[in-house]
Amino acid sequence: MISRRALRRGKSRLMVALMGVAVLVAVLPLFLILGSLILEGASSLSLSFFTNRPAPVGEVGGGVAHAILGTLMIVGTASLVGIPLGVAAGLYASEYRGTRLATITRFVADVLNGTPSIVIGLLAWTWVVATQKHFSAFAGSFALAMLMVPMVMRTTEELVRLVPDALREAALALGYTRWRTTLVVVLRTALPGIVTGSLLSVARIAGETAPLLFTALGSEYFSFDMNRPMAALPLVVYKYASGPYPEWHKLAWTASLVLIMVVLVLSIAARLATRQRFDRP
Amino acid sequence: MTGHVAGAPQVPAIVARDFSFWYGERKTLHEVSLVFSRRAVTAIIGPSGCGKSTFLRCINRMNDLVPDTRVEGDLEVEGREVYAPTLDLVSHRQRVGMVFQRPNPFPKSIYDNIAYGPALNALALKKDLPEIVERCLRRAALWDEVKDRLHESALGLSGGQQQRLCIARALANEPTVLLMDEPCSALDPIATQRVEELILELKQDYTIVIVTHNMQQAARVADRTGFFDAGRLVEMGETQQIFTAPRNERTEAYITGRFG
Repeated sequence: MISRRALRRGKSRLMVALMGVAVLVAVLPLFLILGSLILEGASSLSLSFFTNRPAPVGEVGGGVAHAILGTLMIVGTASLVGIPLGVAAGLYASEYRGTRLATITRFVADVLNGTPSIVIGLLAWTWVVATQKHFSAFAGSFALAMLMVPMVMRTTEELVRLVPDALREAALALGYTRWRTTLVVVLRTALPGIVTGSLLSVARIAGETAPLLFTALGSEYFSFDMNRPMAALPLVVYKYASGPYPEWHKLAWTASLVLIMVVLVLSIAARLATRQRFDRP
Repeated sequence: MTGHVAGAPQVPAIVARDFSFWYGERKTLHEVSLVFSRRAVTAIIGPSGCGKSTFLRCINRMNDLVPDTRVEGDLEVEGREVYAPTLDLVSHRQRVGMVFQRPNPFPKSIYDNIAYGPALNALALKKDLPEIVERCLRRAALWDEVKDRLHESALGLSGGQQQRLCIARALANEPTVLLMDEPCSALDPIATQRVEELILELKQDYTIVIVTHNMQQAARVADRTGFFDAGRLVEMGETQQIFTAPRNERTEAYITGRFG
């Protein structure tokens, strides 16, 4: 007869083993993706890939520098608008929770968060591209910013809510006004987390393709003009991966690798940003 | 305004007349009338939920944070009506410092914790701040322990040190009144003793109101003690009288440990 203790221990081991398998299955895709990207893309990775435009069809070499620049500009502009808006909305939703506006804002943000990015892209097309009558990097930034705001808002809200009430009381009892308490104590305390959340949302939108298809459109040239179509890494991947030439496919793999690296760097930066000086002894 | 009368400690710093307080429909303070003497320690004791903390938090209007509350009657600090619509809440809270149940330093350096109040409230010039920080830390009997680590995180201090830092932070605003809401309930006996010594020291310059669950503490530090029960002030008098010859039988029952 097995003792109850042995039975209990056996059950525990089984459950732990099952969870271990679940973890493996969950992280496996990441390594598979990274693995195949490196396998397929790393060989074409060279300095010229980061400095040159694509070579004409049939020629080897060439790069995606124009798309890297485009992604930086489009995503940068989107972040410039999306992060402050998201943080402000998140602060409001958290510090004035219970008010009707906060409840509505939170609900709308949740709906927006669940909206497929292609719908956002169509919206940006209707509002910006169709009214201006031409594709533009601006329209792309607009679409990405719309994706960003609800993401940043929800993270901000959650993190601000984690700031202990004791800190708010401490500040108010010292004679701080409400807005000063919010900005100097609450926001400052939640800042590392907000920075992380924002960087992660930047990483997320950097890889968005669908909203850019109808807005930034893509381009073969270097461009600093936000008012005209512009290249972006995801668009390059999309175009070259679906093209007929093997050189293009190779380029698509390498561009994907670069994109993943950009996202990885941002995520690591986000990790480092959370290491704050005073948040723990 | 009552004004500052030298050598006249009998002029009360805080006066309540028929002061009542409601949370929504629930009346949690019933016509409280009392006076707190200037430059003295007054303890408020009573069972949990008796309204003693609520009363304390009315004095610097921390209850404003709670929605749907209402007051009636008078509450004056240094002659100013606390709930007057014309009251400047910011300067009122600077004059009435508060120390909370759990130490709540800002997640910043020890120095910044003190410098935060006066700097932001524009009471002080930037160049005076180091001096103010030192003075407040000395006043809170913390300077010798932290002088070499002023720019390290305040969260690295022990609980007792953190609480003294919070007292120092309150002092930096140059208040006249210090409210203490069970300031030692999260501290060990040694840290408690240090804070109590500090309270006795500070009463030379400040009017101190301390809410406490610990009757020994009230007996040790308070000049006068008030006993609250069910939202009413039952009895108030010299601490010794309250503890040795209470006039009310509820008070007697509470201090002898028969309820609460």
